[in-house]
Amino acid sequence: MSAYLDFGPDAVLLAGLTGDNWRLKDYVARGGYSALKKILNERILPEQVLGEIKLSSLRGRGGAGFPTGLKWSFMPRNAPEKYVICNADEGEPGTFKDRDLLRFNPHAVIEGMIIAAYVMGCARGYNYIHGEIWEVYERCEEAVDEARAAGFLGSRILGSDFSFELFNHHGFGAYICGEETALLESIEGKKGQSRYKPPFPANVGLYGKPTTVNNVETFACVPLIVNNGGQWFLDLGRPNAGGTKIFSISGDVERPGNYELRLGTPFAKLLEMAGGVRGGRKLKAVIPGGSSSPVVPGAIMMETDLDYDSVAKAGSMLGSGAVIVMDETRCMVRCLERLSEFYHDESCGQCTPCREGTGWLSRIMHRIEHGEGRPGDIEALDRVAGDIMGRTICAMGDAAAMPVRSFVKHFRSEFEYHIEHRRCQVADHV
Amino acid sequence: MPLSVSTCQKIDKAIAKYPAGRKQSAVMAALTMAQEERGWLSPETLREVAEYLEMPPVAVYEVASFYSMYHLKPVGRYVLTLCTNLPCALQGADAAGRYLKETLKIGWGETTQDGVFTLLQGECMGACQEAPVLLANHQRMCCKMTPPQIDALLVQLRTEAAQKERHE
Repeated sequence: MSAYLDFGPDAVLLAGLTGDNWRLKDYVARGGYSALKKILNERILPEQVLGEIKLSSLRGRGGAGFPTGLKWSFMPRNAPEKYVICNADEGEPGTFKDRDLLRFNPHAVIEGMIIAAYVMGCARGYNYIHGEIWEVYERCEEAVDEARAAGFLGSRILGSDFSFELFNHHGFGAYICGEETALLESIEGKKGQSRYKPPFPANVGLYGKPTTVNNVETFACVPLIVNNGGQWFLDLGRPNAGGTKIFSISGDVERPGNYELRLGTPFAKLLEMAGGVRGGRKLKAVIPGGSSSPVVPGAIMMETDLDYDSVAKAGSMLGSGAVIVMDETRCMVRCLERLSEFYHDESCGQCTPCREGTGWLSRIMHRIEHGEGRPGDIEALDRVAGDIMGRTICAMGDAAAMPVRSFVKHFRSEFEYHIEHRRCQVADHV
Repeated sequence: MPLSVSTCQKIDKAIAKYPAGRKQSAVMAALTMAQEERGWLSPETLREVAEYLEMPPVAVYEVASFYSMYHLKPVGRYVLTLCTNLPCALQGADAAGRYLKETLKIGWGETTQDGVFTLLQGECMGACQEAPVLLANHQRMCCKMTPPQIDALLVQLRTEAAQKERHE
């Protein structure tokens, strides 16, 4: 038997996984599908399950952190056609937790989706999987087939009145499809361009029908909550932030990877689990919640706990739990240039402030980085970022602007040095 | 030349995933299968997909031109896409990119003279813990791509390409 993968001592979502034991029989041996069986055999009402989800204080793990129970309660009761959708379009730079959940424990996500469908009365669901992880998509196809063959999907599940069908849908290279309404457009066979909200998907979603979209990790938490109770889950974390959270830590650390921690664990602990800063160097800066979240200076981050409220107090967002670490040798101008290029590439082109603004940001960053910066460029960066924020249909505009403002705010002297001396400040010192 | 029987079977399987009358939802899958069969999506191929799904050709073109993994121009037998986004860049992707360009003697977006490799710069593939990350033909994820790993992959793919050529 293969050794267990090490996701840390607090792991519950990723506990007992070896990398090979992803099949239905393995999941059942770990106690899988017992939550679904309990609900259907004991005829637990949807409202009772919803009550436990609300009590658990589970918040959306995709980045926005919206309370899951509240989101589910927005779904109209009596609509004849409703959809539940898993957002597995994980493409936020620094985030790689959903890939591990889906390849190592796909049935936990499937069971979570089935229970969600039961609570909200959906007869059909889709799992939208990032196109770049094709092998994981193929594994999910196998897992769904297994679940169907075992009677966990299909009509009259486990002899109950409840029927639910689940299918996998793959993306093919568009960051924007991680935004829920762009994702819905994409499943409908169109360009992935976001829709105006309102109407929200709970009223007008896939094919115009009520729809709820949740993240992979959010669904994976659901069977655990049903089995152990909402209070148990809440107690794993902090008030207003129940449960554990998978943190994907990357960049300048000795052991990049996924670590599952109780919400509220100090960042310093996560850094330690990842083996510390690579080469014993000093910590310079951290992007704590995926590339769209504001950068935080290392010293502040070392004093910060990893939960929604604490990271917000440090001036950033917990986001998807993607922690990008930069050491003292890194040039912040170069780092921001790379991110700005990404957002320019990925803007869907629908809203002028984002389409044009991300281009301006990227071009200004390119010239500063390449020794062609001009006086006034820093002010221009801030102004353009400010003009994008709040002026686009979806959050991608803010996602592109927030890193810019935070990098300039915390590391302004590096930008000034670059413009004045036409070269990098960091290289002089390290 | 119509799409092959096996491609059509795969597209039919994709169509069956969606409610009746929602064939258009299978367009991404259909374009993926068509590209797998033909290497790239020519205007003719797009028209065939449109016909098969009973969609206006322009709607198929909109999708094919929006998502970055579809190719609307001919590419090499193997498209190598290296993620160069920030987390990967902090973990050796820049060096891997330089090595690939030197070894293949091409730049980003170019194809080797023998038509075997096209080299692309990619965005986040969601596997940053295993950087540098490279995708071969969009389906096979190759992780921790240091120069020895890159050399081994290139040799393997060249051998595969030669075998396929003999076969054809």
